[in-house]
Amino acid sequence: MDMRILGRLTAADALPFYSWVAVGGAVVTVLGLLTIVGAITFLRKWRYVWTEWMTSLDHKRIGIMYVMLALVMLVRGFVDAIMMRAQQAVALNSTGYLPPEHFDQIFSSHGTIMIFFMAMPFLTGLINIIVPQQIGARDVAFPFMNSVSLWLTAAGAGLVLISLVVGRFSTAGWTGYPPYSGAEYNPGVGVDYWIWAIQVSGIGTTLSGINFIVTILKRRAPGMKLMRMPLFCWTTLATSILMIFAFPALTVTTALLALDRIFDMHFFTNAGGGNLMNYINLFWIWGHPEVYILILPAFGIYSSVVSTFAAKRLFGYKSLVYATMAIALLSFTVWLHHFFTMGAGAGVNAFFGIATMVIAVPTGVKVFDWLMTLFRGRITFHPSMLWALGFIVTFVIGGMTGVLLALPPADYLMHNSTFLVAHFHNMLIPGALFGYLAGYMFWFPKAFGFTLDERWGKGAFWCWIIGFYLAFMPLYVLGFMGMARRMERYEISAWQPFLLIAALGAVVILAGITCLVIQLVVSIRKRNEKRDLTGDPWDGRTLEWLTSSPPAPYNFAVLPQVRDIDALHDMKRHGSVYVRPKQYEDILLPINTGAGVLIGGLAFVFGFSAVWHIWWVAAAALLAILATAAARSFRDKTEFCLTGSKVQEIENRHFRDLAREGVL
Amino acid sequence: MSPVGDDTALLPHDEAYDERAFGFWLYLMSDAIIFALLFATYQIMAGDIAGGPQGSDLFSLPHTFGETLLLLTSSLTFGLASLALDAGNRRRVLAWLGVTFVLGLGFLAMEIHEFHGMITRGAGPDRSGFLSAFFTLVSTHGLHVSAGLVFILVMTVQVVVKGLSRPVSSRLERLGLFWHFLDIVWIGIFSVVYLPGILR
Amino acid sequence: MKRAKAAGGRTLGSYLTGYVLALVLTAVPFGIAATGALSMQSALIAIGASAIVQVLVHLRYFLHLGLRSTPQERLLAIAFTAVLILIMIGGSLWIMLNLYYRMWA
Repeated sequence: MDMRILGRLTAADALPFYSWVAVGGAVVTVLGLLTIVGAITFLRKWRYVWTEWMTSLDHKRIGIMYVMLALVMLVRGFVDAIMMRAQQAVALNSTGYLPPEHFDQIFSSHGTIMIFFMAMPFLTGLINIIVPQQIGARDVAFPFMNSVSLWLTAAGAGLVLISLVVGRFSTAGWTGYPPYSGAEYNPGVGVDYWIWAIQVSGIGTTLSGINFIVTILKRRAPGMKLMRMPLFCWTTLATSILMIFAFPALTVTTALLALDRIFDMHFFTNAGGGNLMNYINLFWIWGHPEVYILILPAFGIYSSVVSTFAAKRLFGYKSLVYATMAIALLSFTVWLHHFFTMGAGAGVNAFFGIATMVIAVPTGVKVFDWLMTLFRGRITFHPSMLWALGFIVTFVIGGMTGVLLALPPADYLMHNSTFLVAHFHNMLIPGALFGYLAGYMFWFPKAFGFTLDERWGKGAFWCWIIGFYLAFMPLYVLGFMGMARRMERYEISAWQPFLLIAALGAVVILAGITCLVIQLVVSIRKRNEKRDLTGDPWDGRTLEWLTSSPPAPYNFAVLPQVRDIDALHDMKRHGSVYVRPKQYEDILLPINTGAGVLIGGLAFVFGFSAVWHIWWVAAAALLAILATAAARSFRDKTEFCLTGSKVQEIENRHFRDLAREGVL
Repeated sequence: MSPVGDDTALLPHDEAYDERAFGFWLYLMSDAIIFALLFATYQIMAGDIAGGPQGSDLFSLPHTFGETLLLLTSSLTFGLASLALDAGNRRRVLAWLGVTFVLGLGFLAMEIHEFHGMITRGAGPDRSGFLSAFFTLVSTHGLHVSAGLVFILVMTVQVVVKGLSRPVSSRLERLGLFWHFLDIVWIGIFSVVYLPGILR
Repeated sequence: MKRAKAAGGRTLGSYLTGYVLALVLTAVPFGIAATGALSMQSALIAIGASAIVQVLVHLRYFLHLGLRSTPQERLLAIAFTAVLILIMIGGSLWIMLNLYYRMWA
């Protein structure tokens, strides 16, 4: 162990002078941070940002911050992607423009960012904003823990970002397989950045999972039986269960790798009785459920969107619920299909191959349910609906290539080829990202009180879906032609045309991201004409559309009485919506606290010092986290009372708006 | 749009304690998976001794038996603290918490002594895959026990300062779950690691 | 402040019963290991069986888990955890020992 005061942190090792592209990335990262800090300072908004946002325990604001983090990381992850596509487009018989070491960092950070710091915060954010409202609750069960989760995730993202400036990121891919990721072949800090970034954010994810499960099981409004919950709540429940049971596997895997690297242990080394295959085994015990952690919430969003914009009750609600829960359990029984080629016997491979095909069945059930919901519906082509339609078509293609890969003998041919890359992007882009974007455009007015511009939203959709097909269909072909994944250069000229098309696809996706940015800017500028005063812009069917937009801190002044799956639609039909009580009751709300930010900040310091072996700082940060948690436990009074008369004031405003819109 | 209420801070409502107990229960389930995977890893690597010492060269039956008795008895004494909590007897709660703390500390001391002996004999965690898995599994449990001891200290201070208030007793209940959970994990450790190791 | 009922009927009797049972279930496997009276295989089975029974004793008498008294969601959680632990440990051992058998044996 390193006992120097600054560990192994030296200026020569730390700064990114090994590649001009890396220097450029570092400069952009630093400038971006300075711009944000400068803008807040210039506008004198620090107090506002601190008291209203960073220290907020309001689940809606925490959710919004999660989504903001996700969108920033989406851009960063996409920059990595388009750089890879550009490199492979030009690297026929040449070194391209990226040195190998840098190319390897880019594909490693692309995967790490997109999964841990784009998809995870995106889905956690949407769940945070919407699920408590859909079940008719005033808050999540543990508001403070929610804030801790957010800032741990942000700390992890911060570690990945700072690796661009101080030191390097891992070159071992997002899966970090040993022995290459071990100390023997990778003595630098890259793998350590990867380890500590996902360790820190993984703890946040586990806490989020606990929080959502307890919220859903304990905080439902009167009459909201489990089988009356909107499907998004069901998929959230399933995802949360997967989070708390699958993430421990990731924690163990990366912790053991860290022990190998720091204490010279022999879990995954070649020598000393290590067994690197066990890393792969443990990693995918987490890895496969993780796929469903990402996809299930999107399934829930599609269910909401399809039912709302077809103006119909969801078809086969019960089958969707059972399919969701079946997927949650089955997802723990298929992990070996990620390493059929490891050398296991025929019996083992056959078992996991069959289990993999079985899991396609409940997924297929879902696709038919959505199709039947659309059938004879009065369909509105809102951008969210477009994402859903694009998803159904594209996802089925990805699913079929997945069933193909589930056959062990076929997998032996396709393993680690670009066919696999195409397959999992074909699952996760439509299956997860399109869903999150659908949710983003669907629920944006709920979070901010004005709708997003639909024209730019449709533009974004068409660019994304066309770009997706252009970028990934060629990779299927290239996989059949024998191209391995993660190639920094190649000598086979027949590959290049396909790689050029794929690069073009990335450019079209870039146009899609540009549309998303323009959509946001345009909508903010036109927010007054796009204002939604009713809180229910799409004739919604579930309870989140009963609150005002943005909702009051307590969401519901009076807890709704639920009698149907489409609770709000049912109330509208019976004329029992927007009923005012004679008198409003007092409501308890959590008191804001900076302790979550503090714990996240300390976790960042801990991670950074662990990466650089500055052990005395790491230990101090860990102790400080414990001390913060212990000190916090001494506070019994964590809520304040919003009196009935204050509630009435807020509600009066809302009902005035409703009356002005002619809803009442 | 910030909430403007009067500043009369209130204690959480009744259901909140139920939610916390259930949330903590879920945390324990998640933690159980961590231990399960460490057990699996140990079992996979138990034979990977890389020419180094194996379990029967290193483990001492009486030593492990002593550790087991300490931890098991501490579970009983924590139970007595819980009974004192039910009876609302603050002094007895403190006394039994104190006994539990001492027993836990004794367990930890024995474990550190064992580790120290192994490392000085050249059988540290970097010696072989088997020893890496052994040290990691057993010391993860040890770290949990240490965390439990810190938790006991914090709660002792809270009982002294605040008495057996509702929030304090609900925290004591969760501490109890944690402590009994650690004893269950230890049953796994002596049954999977030590006893088969000595027999081999 | 009598809250014995709310806490799942825990009594001095239940703790002592649990303690004595746990002592016996600890002494048996340690005795087997110390004397070497059984063959390797039966010794391992006996140790495993005592461990499983002792875990159940702890759940019953220290954690006061009961099929009726404990809230349903907690029972579901622990049952699901047990299933997953079986899948994960069983699967890992199956996969890795199969690999070991094919590559090194």
